[in-house]
Order: sequence, then C-alpha cells, then structure tokens
Amino acid sequence: MLLSLVLITIYFREPAPRSRPAGLSSRSSTAVKRRVVAGVLVLLSLVLITIYFREPANGGLHGVQSAGATVLRPFEVAANRVASPFRDAYGWFSGLVHAKDENADLRAKLDRLRAQVIQNSTAATENADLKRQLDYQQSPEFPKDFNPVNAEVIGRLPSEFDQQVTIAAGSSRAIRVDDAVITADGLVGKISHVGGHQAQVMLLTDPDMKVAALDLDAQSAGLVGHGEGPGTLTLDRVRKSAVVNPGDSIVTQGFKLGPLSSIYPANIPIGYVSGASLSEVDLFWQVQLSPSVHFDSLRSVIVLVPKKRGR
Amino acid sequence: MTPNLLEPAKAALLIFVAAILQVTIFNEIDILGGYPDVVLLTLVAIALLRGSIYGAACGFFAGLLVDTATLSTLGVTSLLLTIAGYWIGRYGETTGRDRLHAPFVSVAVATVLVQIGALILHYMLGDDVSARTVLLGALPAKVGLNLLLTLPVYALTRRVLAIASPPATATEVRLLGQ
Repeated sequence: MLLSLVLITIYFREPAPRSRPAGLSSRSSTAVKRRVVAGVLVLLSLVLITIYFREPANGGLHGVQSAGATVLRPFEVAANRVASPFRDAYGWFSGLVHAKDENADLRAKLDRLRAQVIQNSTAATENADLKRQLDYQQSPEFPKDFNPVNAEVIGRLPSEFDQQVTIAAGSSRAIRVDDAVITADGLVGKISHVGGHQAQVMLLTDPDMKVAALDLDAQSAGLVGHGEGPGTLTLDRVRKSAVVNPGDSIVTQGFKLGPLSSIYPANIPIGYVSGASLSEVDLFWQVQLSPSVHFDSLRSVIVLVPKKRGR
Repeated sequence: MTPNLLEPAKAALLIFVAAILQVTIFNEIDILGGYPDVVLLTLVAIALLRGSIYGAACGFFAGLLVDTATLSTLGVTSLLLTIAGYWIGRYGETTGRDRLHAPFVSVAVATVLVQIGALILHYMLGDDVSARTVLLGALPAKVGLNLLLTLPVYALTRRVLAIASPPATATEVRLLGQ
C-alpha cells in the first residue's frame, strides 16, 4: 500500500506534458481523433451497461453475451487443460504451506468434537436415569403416601468418615431432615442437613446410618448398616433361627408402632445378600449385602416428602 | 496482412490471450487475498507502447472479453479499462514512454484506480460490495503481484509488438551553447 502511494505520488509529480508547437494541424487532428475514440468507447460502455440492466434476462444483449461465452468456452477449456498440471503443482505447494495451520485447526476441532461427544454421552445417560426415575414414580411400586421431589446431585463428600452427597433442593421444596432419599434402583439414604435450596444426604454406606430391613424371601428382619469395605453393607440382628440365603432381596421394613413409624416406607429395595455366615458362638447371622444403588455414580435422586406435610 | 492491420491484430491477440488466461488461471491464484491482473498489465504495456487510442480500444475490447467470459454485467469492465487504457496511453505519449519506471508507476496507479473505480461502479449498480475487503484485503496484494509481473509482461508485449529497443544512452554529451 505504501509502495502504491509512493508510485502514485511519482505519477502525479511527473513534469507536465511537453508543450507542442501551436498551429500544427496534424497534431490537433490527432488529439481530436483520440478524444473522439475514447469518448465513443466510454459512451458505448455506458450504453452497454444501461441496456444490459434494462433488458430482461432473455434479452438481445444477454443472448449476444451468452453466444460470446460459448465461443470463448473452447479457449477456456484449452487454457484450463494446459494450466492443469501447473495448477495442481501450485495447489500441492500451497497445501503444504497451509498444512500446519490446517492441522492445528483440525486438532482444535477434534478436541471440540470430543468434548461434545462426552457431553452428549453424559446427557444421554442422564436422560436415561431421569426416565427410569419418572417411570418408577408413575409405577405402583412408588410409595403412595409420599410426594417425589427430584433433585440433581451437585456435590459429593464421600470419605472414610462421612458418606454424604449434596443435592440441589432444600426447604423451599418442603424437604426436611430425615426425609428418605431413593432412586429407581433403591434406597440411597436420608436427609441429614437442609438449606434453602440445597440439602445434604447421608448415604446408606455412612457409618452413622441404620435402617430396619427385611429379607423379602425369608421374611426375617434385621438392621442394615455400613460394611467393612467401602461401598458395602451388612445386615445385622438377624436371629439365628431365621433362614438367610445368598441372592435374597433385602428391602426396607417400614414398621409402624402406634404413633411412631419408620422414616423409610416399606419395600424400598436395599440390596441382595452376597454372603451369609453363622458360627456356633454368634447370636445373629453375619450377612453381607450388595447395594442396589451405585453410590459412586449418583446423578439425581428422589426425596420422599410425606403428603401430609404438603409443600 | 498489411503492416497497418498486423499491429492491431497483434494487440488484439495479446489482449485475447491475457483475458483467457485471466479468467481461467489467474483469477484462481489467491496470494495474500489478491490475484494478479494480467489483462491490466497487458493493457498498460500496450497503452504505453502504442498510445492512447490503442489503449482505449484495447481496454474496451479486453473489458468486453472479460465480461463475456465471466458473464458479468456487460460494459462495466470495458468502461474501467477504456479509461485506464486512454489515461496510461496519454502518459506514455507525453512523459512516460522513455522512462524506465514508467511501466511500474503506470501499473501501480492503474491497479489502484481501477480497483477503486470498480468498487464505486459496483456500488452504484447496487451490488453487495465491501470496501474493506476490496481496498484493505485484496488491493495491497494485487498491487504487489502486478508489480512483480510488470517486467515480464511488458517485455513480452514489447517483443510481440516488435518495438525496437530505445536507442542506447548517449555516452557523450554536448552542452548547449558551447
């Protein structure tokens, strides 16, 4: 651009046209001739533009242009054929020059697409979870005396001391301490702390958790608590006279004693018996359970709010 | 063919070849956002070597060819190149013909003015044009590429038109009045 400005400056600073001797008729006639030629050609150009614009697409000038383009076509094809190897070579070198930038662009695009795939996959899993929860809420198995409050899990604090998660619903949605928390798979735990718009859930695997449970197959009652290993449960206080078999389903007992009742409704799945042992000195069965709920992958839960409390 | 008709025929042939090459090859060469304009280069060379009438006539013919081959609005390129050819021709006839820098100066000025003229003309015709793209994006590269090709195109045109080289520079001078 700077170079152009310099050249334009040179152009306009050139000395004026050499003066010519006056009275030379041939010179003046040449001047008139060239002005006439230039004027006629400019006028012709303007006429062409005007006619081209004013006539319809199938007008005469368009037809002439089309015919002209047809005549020129073979020459263009020939030029293209001759230039094709050179164009390919130019394209090849040009491609090499741009390959690095293109590679970086494609890598960035790949990263974006990978992130999108992960987001889509997460959304699909979440969608499936929520659908299962909705199906469960509309099924006859859902406890009748409770209203469901669906909440997303927004924080986790599972440690060797506490097994708790935080959910995105609180007292504003009628949630109170000790409300039962479940998923479509089974019992998750209970509410331990409540804020305005969030609450803390004590998981079934927390050392402080105890739930009255029932072996659905043997109809023997016991108390479910945390197991020895992380994420495991045990069923305690099962009388020696009862029968416990591996694979038995364990559900909440949901007892009711006069005005007192369990905070957990009856028949919420807790897990399956994975192992049971009994020695002669023991008073109760030692039963290990596999939880129905995968506590490590909780995304959303259902808080059971008693209907009598309302919202 | 008589010598009087041979020269216009040669000029027309040069313009024809340049126009075909322009629409088939050079329009596709995108370097830093611009492409060389060999039609303008050839026109500048002819106008400098043959004067304003040749310049105007060849400009009109070149514009007509380009507009026909690209199916653009007939007359637009003709108008621009007619004026450019006439102007450069006058420059050649008056001050520029014997100057070594004349082709370069003419090419740079013609490229800039034709580009600006084309922008104004297309704007007046209601086309969707961006001054920023035309003047800042494409023009600097176009001027640079045109200047790079000026010398070979000028030399080729000069050879085809069979113009004798300018007389050798005088080695001795005689001061006036002595």
